[in-house]
Amino acid sequence: MKRPSLLGAAWLVLKKDWQIEWRTRARLTAIIFFSLATLLLFSFAMGPDIVTLRAHAPGYLWLGLLFASVLSLGESFRVEAENQALTGLVLTPVEPRAIFIGKVLGNASLLFVLSLVLLPVAVALYDVDLGRDPLSLVLVLFLGCVGISAPGTVYSAISANARARDVMLPLLLFPVLVPLLLAAVSATKFTLQPDPQEQLGSWLKLLTAFDLIYLSVGFLLFPKVAEED
Amino acid sequence: MATVALALEALDISKRFGARWALSRLSFTLEAGRSLLLTGHNGSGKTTLLRLIATASFPTAGVLKVMGLHSQNEREALRPLVGLVSHASFHYEDLSAAQNLTLTAKFLGLEQPASVVTGLLDRMGLLARADSPVRQFSAGMRKRLAIARLLMRAPKVALLDEPFGELDPAGIAQMEGLIQELQGQGTSVVLATHLVEQGQRLTQERLHLEGGRKVAPT
Repeated sequence: MKRPSLLGAAWLVLKKDWQIEWRTRARLTAIIFFSLATLLLFSFAMGPDIVTLRAHAPGYLWLGLLFASVLSLGESFRVEAENQALTGLVLTPVEPRAIFIGKVLGNASLLFVLSLVLLPVAVALYDVDLGRDPLSLVLVLFLGCVGISAPGTVYSAISANARARDVMLPLLLFPVLVPLLLAAVSATKFTLQPDPQEQLGSWLKLLTAFDLIYLSVGFLLFPKVAEED
Repeated sequence: MATVALALEALDISKRFGARWALSRLSFTLEAGRSLLLTGHNGSGKTTLLRLIATASFPTAGVLKVMGLHSQNEREALRPLVGLVSHASFHYEDLSAAQNLTLTAKFLGLEQPASVVTGLLDRMGLLARADSPVRQFSAGMRKRLAIARLLMRAPKVALLDEPFGELDPAGIAQMEGLIQELQGQGTSVVLATHLVEQGQRLTQERLHLEGGRKVAPT
């Protein structure tokens, strides 16, 4: 009998989240339709001025992802709160830090899939050009999704058992994500539009730094969150 | 003089939730291999005590040792030794019975998890519903699945919170047999139940709680 390592246990947590998602498809379906509606509403609100829409497309894309992430992160820990499944995992025992890694990867992968689904929608609604620097665009999307998921996983675990959890999660999460949103929108802009001053690299560094800081903080704090006093 | 190994050793333990003391200055011991009946009215602190022993929660004051290990400071070493069947089943509703047990088996690092899971589901009468999501299970079936999970863990201390609730007569008889089987393997069983006579038949010691305090049973 050999218990899995930290990364082995994280992989099992991730596979478990994918299994649940595959059986129900509830979360992915909900966030796809929610973010589609959000992008559509931004398009209607701004009117038919295609130049303005194209200029603001990165902001709309990330706001769509951000709003959808609240639904996704909330659902991610609703399944853990039901039947106290998270407590069951901790008592099995599974190292809480492995649960954190697995949940971050699960949340980030779902958001990343969503971001890829939204790209052709952004082309249709905002007339953006995805062909300028597609690899950098995918990298920005990946780093941004990890950046939302790292603090989001900790805060959704904190708010999962709170009375006003649906309100608490965005209240806790959105202020923390301001630097990430700024970096993600700017970096996305420079992958879709000309970047004469070569600013993309700086924004990518900021995104990476944000991810590393919040992955480290979450890794250290999550055991306190996952276990009762 | 030979020292007796203790499965449980509670020294003046208390547990507070907000302003309310769920357990207050509770002390008791249980020798390894012996079993304890935990009785008391609703809200007397039985479930809280079981959760403390399971390391799902920790005492606000006092020291609790399980199999000689400090429940908070040595919880990583202790958790594999303790199994809890509680009101909360710890299962994922959208996974099937087999998937839930397989997940536990993989976390435990069991070899050939599929055959272990199939064997346990068969034993608990759930094999025909192995691929059904737990969401579709009745309360009794969920309880059987929770027992299967406990058996898979082969704990040194088994904590059973109202194990006869939601079970049909055949299930209750099977549960009694399983408790005796665990005891035969040297497992200390802590049994919280309102069915006092049934519980006394299966255990050697009794702890009665009222308002979170240890009192003599009436």
